[in-house]
Amino acid sequence: MSSMWQPVDEIARDVNSGKLSAVTLVNKALTRIEESKKYNAIITLTADRARERAETIDTKIQSGQSAGRLAGVPFIAKDNFLVFGSETTAASNILKGFTAPYQSTVINMLEAEGAICVAKANLDAFGHGGSTENSDFGPTLNPHDTNKVPGGSSGGSAAAVVLDMVPFALGTDTGGSSRQPASFSGCVGYKPTYGLMSRSGIIAMASSTDTVGVLAHSVSDVAYVTDCMSGKDSLDSTTIDRDPQGYIIDKPLSSLKGKKIGVIKEYMSDGVDSAVKASIQQAIDALEAQGADIETISIPSLSLALAVYYVLVPAEISSNLSRYDGQRFGYSDSAAKDLEDSYTHARSKGFGKEAKRRIMIGTHVLSSGYYDAYYKKAQLVRTKIIKEVDRAFQSVDFLVGPTAPTTAFNIGQNIHDPIQMYLSDLMTVGASLTGIPAIVIPVHKVNGMPVGLQIMAPQNADRALFEVAQVAQKEINT
Amino acid sequence: MAKVPQNIRDQYTVTIGIECHVQLKTRTKLFSGISNDARDADPNTLISHICMGLPGALPVVNAHAIELASRAAFALKSVPAPFSTFDRKHYFYPDLPMGYQITQFYDPIVIGGEVHTLVEGEPHTVRITRAHLEADAGKSSHPAGAPYSLVDLNRAGTPLLEIVSEPDIHSPAEARAYAHELYLLMKYADVSDADLFHGNMRFDVNVSVSKSSELGTRTETKNLNSFKSVEKAAEYEINRQISLIERGDKIDQETRGWDEASQKTTSQRGKEQAHDYRYMPDPDLPPIELSDDFIAHVKDTLPTMPDEWREHLSRLSLDTSQIDVLLEAEVDNSAVAYLSILQDNLDDTAYAKQLANWFVNIEIPYRKDEAKNPQILNPQRPTLYAVVYKMVKANKLSSTAAKNLIQLLLDLENLPNDLESFAESKGLVQVSNTDELEVIVDTVIAENKQAVEDIQNGEMKALGFLVGQMMKLSHGKANPSIAQELLKKKILS
Repeated sequence: MSSMWQPVDEIARDVNSGKLSAVTLVNKALTRIEESKKYNAIITLTADRARERAETIDTKIQSGQSAGRLAGVPFIAKDNFLVFGSETTAASNILKGFTAPYQSTVINMLEAEGAICVAKANLDAFGHGGSTENSDFGPTLNPHDTNKVPGGSSGGSAAAVVLDMVPFALGTDTGGSSRQPASFSGCVGYKPTYGLMSRSGIIAMASSTDTVGVLAHSVSDVAYVTDCMSGKDSLDSTTIDRDPQGYIIDKPLSSLKGKKIGVIKEYMSDGVDSAVKASIQQAIDALEAQGADIETISIPSLSLALAVYYVLVPAEISSNLSRYDGQRFGYSDSAAKDLEDSYTHARSKGFGKEAKRRIMIGTHVLSSGYYDAYYKKAQLVRTKIIKEVDRAFQSVDFLVGPTAPTTAFNIGQNIHDPIQMYLSDLMTVGASLTGIPAIVIPVHKVNGMPVGLQIMAPQNADRALFEVAQVAQKEINT
Repeated sequence: MAKVPQNIRDQYTVTIGIECHVQLKTRTKLFSGISNDARDADPNTLISHICMGLPGALPVVNAHAIELASRAAFALKSVPAPFSTFDRKHYFYPDLPMGYQITQFYDPIVIGGEVHTLVEGEPHTVRITRAHLEADAGKSSHPAGAPYSLVDLNRAGTPLLEIVSEPDIHSPAEARAYAHELYLLMKYADVSDADLFHGNMRFDVNVSVSKSSELGTRTETKNLNSFKSVEKAAEYEINRQISLIERGDKIDQETRGWDEASQKTTSQRGKEQAHDYRYMPDPDLPPIELSDDFIAHVKDTLPTMPDEWREHLSRLSLDTSQIDVLLEAEVDNSAVAYLSILQDNLDDTAYAKQLANWFVNIEIPYRKDEAKNPQILNPQRPTLYAVVYKMVKANKLSSTAAKNLIQLLLDLENLPNDLESFAESKGLVQVSNTDELEVIVDTVIAENKQAVEDIQNGEMKALGFLVGQMMKLSHGKANPSIAQELLKKKILS
């Protein structure tokens, strides 16, 4: 995939050596954002703070210091990351006007390496959705066809990368929210092992599956950025140690010889668009040509993953959204007559339809009398899925399949049919529920629209995943 | 409310269970690194994005709270659970920033346990159902007449241990004894400051009455913050419930509050208004897993508990009230170390008993007297007591003089090198020397002819009068028993 941006390590190298200026890079990104306005990928700019940071970095370098491993690299963060320099809205009316008094850990880590956040990207409000249509700031358009959705919920971040606004963007991934837009919009999208990157300062959707997502042009850029922002964080007790070897692949694999790759049978069923299936098959053939051992593998309980996901995730959402009550921050109705009124107005007017739908489902499945039948049962099935996936990884090193059953659908097509919308998560929720890393790389287009191959690895095998994905991206024709 | 006649009350079985919220003495809050001591802080100054429940804020558990809860487990004669979890309890209220309280619903850190109490000399055992960690809410206040309420989040996130008893309590006196013993346990385990005035321990008392073996409908009176109010509220509820039943009315299952001014419980919330808390495991907090080593360490470092002190000191056969005074006194200032000084001297029972008396009757009242210098605590205190005791044994000090001497010494910043000459200089050493005393005897006999005559006529009452005269002439220094012997000898022989 060609890009007007150099690989991020090269940009940082050139900034540190004085060959490139951070101010120039920030201006280039801001210009590109301005040129691509019609796609509505961006909610707000952090231009002033970005320019200030760029000047500081340039001065630092002029005085002979180094400015970090991402010196001057501009990036865009999904608007559910708490970032200084602009509002943080999660694309919801209830948070309009909210400015973060603290920053998310991963933003701090990227800034510590000299990266510069230039804008906040559009999303489905609170991450609820797979099309970025559910944004109180209007839908983002697919860079390949403005009649189509870019995927979601990190649709703004994916479009920003594909439109070349920045070398990389941050998304989040709770059930596929970075992978599916990567597939629909045509870039690399990565969801790490659960806990590898801190969730502190990221607006929670479903805490037990929420992860940071990275969207970029290349697997090596994703790996490089991952190396700069992963590992244990004292502000998030679910974080884990990073790989002692790090995530940058210094010596790319020369072939896939000896790698066992399982094609998930349930993901290649009749429910998948035949052209998408053919494109995925073509990619798998390319992996085989590189020496990989390909076998089809059945994980029957994966077919239950979507149902499990849409019980557990709304439960956590209903809980996580309780704090939006209009009392301390966010939208509040000053005309409310009493406390009850204040709560009701803030939440009825502040939240959109989808948030309310998920709050209702979540509240229902957690209610006394229904907890065992829904929440507890779903947890049991989740454990079963985890066991089956574990077992699959005893016979193969990686699992592959499509990312979504179709290419990007038309704007408005699924907006009144939540079930149809939820079905686009069918192939991504499995990795979310099991906490395993997964990466999506662009493969052969179908009717001019991108298709993404999803590669999954066992928990904590993110480095191995990057190794294989790097070969795959090099060998597969888009 | 009129008291129910005893004969009617006797027909009912009273059943009481108590939930107690104990504030743990951690430096920081349960899930954030913000100070836990809000006593002198202005409202909303001890808060962070976590206490505020801001978007993106995540709780991180305070390891010290886990240690204190584990210690409490041993104090309650239980063991900390090797595996426990945090859960979310949902309800909306402005002083609950996240819209849920983080508590331990499914797997608490303490399961089972016992508390032993004495009520009028009778031993009682109250079983503990469970104890769990949870974060306190903030504080709401409703200024009278104002069209608004105020919220102070300083307290939001303070670590609490909620101790739930089995319904093993059957009278208001037992309820009070249980509450008091819990207080001593939490103090001795060094788990809480247990400052009741500042709400460090709050009791919810569940009361029901029944004429049959089946339990009656219970009410829960919440947020009692003194042992007395626990007893009074239980008493009030028993009377109220029996009166209602006797009138043919039903008891409503409800939450009640205690009105200190009117000494009454009042209805706050009925069962139909009860919340569905939608308990859910908190996905932000991994389970607490305690290693065998950690549990053993907590057990080994547990300070001596009140029960153990009672056991250790049983050889002295002190009154239970004396032991209670000693246990209680050490609660406010463990440096006084009354109990361990006693324990160090157990081999000399007579001395240890005398020490206990001096502690209870002299030092403890002295330290409560703001007009004195109760803060002075000389490290040589134990030696001081030993010397005073030796002087008493050697007839050099009367018991009154000993008391005066101890009081003088407690007041001193620096102890005198030679205690005996100090006592002498204060005129406290008594005269036991017969030669010296005989001079005084002669004077007293010469000046009290009538009394001498009375004694000779067999009216021994007058002897006491003459001893008194001797004390007066000797400025209290005469050893009264020797003085008496000398008088008898001179008058009657």
